[in-house]
Amino acid sequence: MRGRNPRTSMFLRMLMRAAVLRRGRAASALIAVVVAAAVTTAMLNLSADVQTKLRKEFRNYGANIVVVAKDGQSLPSDALDKVRSVLAGHGLAVPFAYVVARTANGQPVVVSGTDFDEVRKLNRWWSVSAWPSKAQDALVGTRAVAAVAPQGRPFDLSFRERTIHLSPTGTLRTGAAEDSRVYVSLSDFQAWTDIKPSTIEIGATGSSSDLAAMVQKLAEVVPSAEVRPVRQIMEGEARVLGKTRATVTAAAALIIATAALCLLATLLGWVFDRRRDFAIMKALGASGRFIGGFVAAEAAALGAVGAVAGFGIGIAIAVWIGRVNFHTPVAPRFDVLPMVLAGGIAVALLASVIPIFMLQRVEPAMILKGE
Amino acid sequence: MFVRLVYESFRRQRRPKLLAGVAITLGVGVATAMIAVATDIGDKISRELRTYGANILVTPQDDTLDLQIGGVDLKPPSDGAYLNEADLPKIKGMFWRNNIVGFSPMLAVPVTLSGSDGTLLGTYFSRRLIFDNHEFTTGVRNTHPWWKVQGAWPDDESPDVLLGARLAGKLGRKVGDQIEIVGQTHRVSGILSTGGIEDDEIVAPLAVAQWILGKPGAVRRVYVSAVTKPEDAFALRDPKTLSGAVYERWYCSPYPQSIAFQLQEAIPHSHAEQIRQVAQNEGTVLSRIKGVMLLLTLAALLASALAVSAAMATTIFERRSEVGLMKALGAGHAAVASLFFAESALLALGGGILGFAGGSLLARQVGRSIFGSTIAIEPVLFPVILAIAMVVTFAGSALAIRRAVQFDPVYALRGEG
Repeated sequence: MRGRNPRTSMFLRMLMRAAVLRRGRAASALIAVVVAAAVTTAMLNLSADVQTKLRKEFRNYGANIVVVAKDGQSLPSDALDKVRSVLAGHGLAVPFAYVVARTANGQPVVVSGTDFDEVRKLNRWWSVSAWPSKAQDALVGTRAVAAVAPQGRPFDLSFRERTIHLSPTGTLRTGAAEDSRVYVSLSDFQAWTDIKPSTIEIGATGSSSDLAAMVQKLAEVVPSAEVRPVRQIMEGEARVLGKTRATVTAAAALIIATAALCLLATLLGWVFDRRRDFAIMKALGASGRFIGGFVAAEAAALGAVGAVAGFGIGIAIAVWIGRVNFHTPVAPRFDVLPMVLAGGIAVALLASVIPIFMLQRVEPAMILKGE
Repeated sequence: MFVRLVYESFRRQRRPKLLAGVAITLGVGVATAMIAVATDIGDKISRELRTYGANILVTPQDDTLDLQIGGVDLKPPSDGAYLNEADLPKIKGMFWRNNIVGFSPMLAVPVTLSGSDGTLLGTYFSRRLIFDNHEFTTGVRNTHPWWKVQGAWPDDESPDVLLGARLAGKLGRKVGDQIEIVGQTHRVSGILSTGGIEDDEIVAPLAVAQWILGKPGAVRRVYVSAVTKPEDAFALRDPKTLSGAVYERWYCSPYPQSIAFQLQEAIPHSHAEQIRQVAQNEGTVLSRIKGVMLLLTLAALLASALAVSAAMATTIFERRSEVGLMKALGAGHAAVASLFFAESALLALGGGILGFAGGSLLARQVGRSIFGSTIAIEPVLFPVILAIAMVVTFAGSALAIRRAVQFDPVYALRGEG
């Protein structure tokens, strides 16, 4: 510190000694800052993240956009590729082709050709005993089982004089129209019927404005088809998500306010407790401005160090919450650091200014006498 | 003497006591509000999730296979079995009747409209029914909340119909126009937009569809919207294999399975099944949201515990010289500690009661502004909150009291603690 202004070096030295000598009290004040900053960071992360996380959960409801060929025709053969290029990885697109075929004893049944690997990812609520993997494996709806393959034996289905021989690999249960259908792989289906998919179900991720833009783009890309947003899914999601977000935000605000108040109370006590030190400084000739600057610098340093440490802990908590509650890692949001840092320093400064202001009106002699 | 000491301490040290009291009140208030919201959120979100519509479908027991493609029913209307409309009000006589948000019977019949084939769907819009002298309304307005009508919903007793938006565009009809269906004229009371297959259909009161089909009282399927509990391993048990008390417990839990089971009992010759797309996901979404709220509640409890203990520590630490004086006059550790604990208990009691009241108000406000309904505060929460306030205040002051008791009176009196 040689060559520096002696005043500055004294100032720094006092700051250091204050931290070292009064370790106990300084540590408890620091812990208060760290805890408050950690809680705030975790809350900010959580409330920012809960929407993205829940949106992912809502995708389990399946398709939110459907592309349907007009009037019972098929979609153009490049439709699926075009749809996938519009999605650009932000969702799944699954083709479905349908015909009404007849069983060996002439009963009509709806047969659908689809991509099993994709449908499995899109429609997670499908309860399937075993997914087909080989050619000519079929997935039979639980209500269709009795009509099609009562003993689980291989069966024949015919469509326009052409017959396909299928073996029932698994049964499907959804509680809706799917239960009455037979699902086969798209390649088997096309080899058998020569009919191309008429429907593409899309589970797209994104905010409601993203989805609206996507619907528009899809309509441009596949002009021969109708693109319908599934309103049941979209509205339900928007509603539940909005309310949850509002609740979480309100709760986070409450918790952050409590943490800030707690920090304020602790720091007030900490500064107020050291009035004798300040009285001695004043008695030794320090100006009011010097003492004010000293306390402010000390508080700012405490706030900054505590906020950074608390930020680290808070991020760890947020990551842990993501893993425990949503079973997916959370991308830590480092953009809340400036907020936490500014908040920590602001509260620390506020807590130091109030007592100093009060002490300045009191004569040092009174404090030193212990009154 | 002890009572007087406590009394004087509160009378003379108004400012620090007020500070500690405010901290406790705030902490308890936040904790109360969070616990109240968290315990009620499952129910609230369950109701919100009903926006997804029906989660249980009731069909005739020995029905033929559905021939549905893209929502269009290809099955001839004469084919298959029907449910009886007269049995439907019995749904409101079930054990879990209060969990039934609504139900809508559906009957689709083919009609010819200006030369082309079309479908007319008969249903309830908002039908008033009576069961056991108990009146209720039910219909698609409860079970299909995403259906939007431009114009007015038809009266269930009238012959008025809704026209699907795309069909209306094709036919060039507007609200208030007349439309001829199977030789009868009906008024179009509104244009319906659902984003689904109904946009291409006519939707009419159930009686109109039954009249066209020539089968009074016939219903093809019933969509039931019920508030359910997420299913667990127990829910998946087969009721036939359960015995006595276990069966009772299964029957009296609002699982989708047990409500479906009871619907089957209520409506003769019916088969009820959960619509997995809606019912299954409800559980996961609900448990995630509940998980978030639980974590938030824990965070709130932690934050308020810290606030209380910080405030208590500060007030006690400031009274070193008083402790010194008491000890110099011969007070033992126990006497000093019990004085502080008595003060803490009084503060906790006062702050706890005030905080509970404030927190309850806060929870109600949150409920009203976010969910549009009040949040019920369980009376049992009051003693729990009070106990939490006591424990937190004691725990928060314990460390400070221990330190205060150990002050050397000489130093404390000289003011060098």
